[in-house]
Amino acid sequence: MRLVVSNLSVTLSGRKVLRRVSLSISPGEVVGLLGPNGAGKSTLMRAIVSQIRSSGSITFGDESLAALGDRDRARLVAYLPQARVIGWQLSVRNVVALGRLPWRGFAKGPGDHDRAVCEEAMRLMDVAYLADRPATELSGGEQARVLAARAVAQETPLLLADEPASGLDPAHQISMMQALRRLSAQGRSVLVSLHDLTLAARWCDRLVLLKDGSIADEGPPEAVLTSGNLQDVFNVSAHIAQDENGLILAPTGLVEQRGTHSGQ
Amino acid sequence: MRGKDIGTSMKAIRLTLLLGALATLFFVLSLLIGPAELGIVKSIGGLFAGGDEAAMIIMREIRLPRAILALGVGFSLGISGAVLQGFLRNPLAEPGIIGVSAVASLGAVSTFYTGIAGASLFALPAGALGGALVAVLVLLAIAARHGSTLTLILAGIALTSLAGALTSLILNLSPNPFASYEIIFWLLGSIKDRSMEHVWLALPLMIAGWILIAFAARAIDALSLGEEAASSLGVSMAHTRILIVAGVALCVGAGTAVTGAIGFVGLVVPHLIRPLTDRMPSNLLLPSGLGGAALLLAADIAVRVVVPGRELNIGVVTALIGAPFFLWLVIRARREMF
Repeated sequence: MRLVVSNLSVTLSGRKVLRRVSLSISPGEVVGLLGPNGAGKSTLMRAIVSQIRSSGSITFGDESLAALGDRDRARLVAYLPQARVIGWQLSVRNVVALGRLPWRGFAKGPGDHDRAVCEEAMRLMDVAYLADRPATELSGGEQARVLAARAVAQETPLLLADEPASGLDPAHQISMMQALRRLSAQGRSVLVSLHDLTLAARWCDRLVLLKDGSIADEGPPEAVLTSGNLQDVFNVSAHIAQDENGLILAPTGLVEQRGTHSGQ
Repeated sequence: MRGKDIGTSMKAIRLTLLLGALATLFFVLSLLIGPAELGIVKSIGGLFAGGDEAAMIIMREIRLPRAILALGVGFSLGISGAVLQGFLRNPLAEPGIIGVSAVASLGAVSTFYTGIAGASLFALPAGALGGALVAVLVLLAIAARHGSTLTLILAGIALTSLAGALTSLILNLSPNPFASYEIIFWLLGSIKDRSMEHVWLALPLMIAGWILIAFAARAIDALSLGEEAASSLGVSMAHTRILIVAGVALCVGAGTAVTGAIGFVGLVVPHLIRPLTDRMPSNLLLPSGLGGAALLLAADIAVRVVVPGRELNIGVVTALIGAPFFLWLVIRARREMF
């Protein structure tokens, strides 16, 4: 099933946060969402899961996501919010098991399939060895992986992950991206927002560059991550190199903004 | 893995059975204790067989309603506290916080002031229920329009302060010292001298509240991960808010209607129970209800036993035990409130 977002606009408290954004994601694709803070990345994800009101259309396969019931939508789209909240001293296993809620009948406990899916999700995110620890006592990076495992356990064909790699050590940043790639290899679609340009360049099939609520550029990493785009969208100059696995980008300095913000 | 799950659920079942047994024990004790020394055989005879008319009246019309009300109100306060703490992800939440208790009290107090309370047995409960209903309608009107949980808490605090101020105003203006005395006494909370009519009035409403709360169980589990994650798990926030606000209002409104304000049970019981569970909010509901019932029954026995001649108000006792205990909890678990 293919996610098609067309002409999506969002206005929050009178401010236009997204303006006629259109994008699509095919099964098996990992699409990276890039853009400076406040560009509308999280808003786009929340609009896709109908958590904020939007105009335009969002379809997944034949279904309009906005028209679906909450539970039916939760069986199609998993959303990993940027804010990492774990309210009580729940064990890692119990946190991950919450991902199975949309699939469980009223007042029914988890079945064998639920357990198997949770185990698999914990292995994928490398948290199986933490299963019985209280999730609140883990480090920030470990919590991030536990919550990611929760979203994976939701077993949806589409996953929206909002900055899943932030706060992770380099090894786990890479293993987070590897995990997303493994999901896409199973035919799932992934939309992931990232701030690390090199991670985005090397692990995403395609990048969408957001600026001030509009798509500034879109395409394969090599085409999107140009010094011109980095300057226009992020206000940075960058050293860009390439090896056999893709681009390597290191922002090196700030540049004067040429466009809309110059007067502010 | 499987074995672990079963181990956990066995633990949960054992806890529920234990608390159920404890509540049953106190329920029976509550029936056997009172100023009239009936003895066990006479008590049971009065309850079931009839026989001795005095024993029958004492058992069926004095002690039974009292025990049932303690059970029902205790269960309601415990389950309300547990569901609110889960919903608001705040270990300090309790039924009082959303303002229903305060407005229900205000409703009851106004019937004293206007003198309607003296006219009919049902006037006072009706006033409290009316108050609870108003509180819920206001809360729903506010919470349905603006989504956030914070709005609900703030609205609750505002309602509580306003109701408190109006209650003080009524005390201020009360026609005679006797009326103010009656109001204050009622505000202290008591299950003394209640009849089966009170039971029939309050119990069905409380049970309806328990059912509404049970329907929110899955949602409060998902809310452990915050509103955004919960909503992405298929939980409708609006729907959940209505279930919980209405459920708590029915429980607390009906409880306050017949027993006055009884504090701290809803706050303390979930705290006591939580470490004994896997801390999943839904797994806290039934044990907290049973724990609340056991606690209130025990407190109601205590007020009859400790000072036999001059019975204490149960609200005073729960506050006297509950507040220092809660303070101790806070100090002990300062680093990790939950």
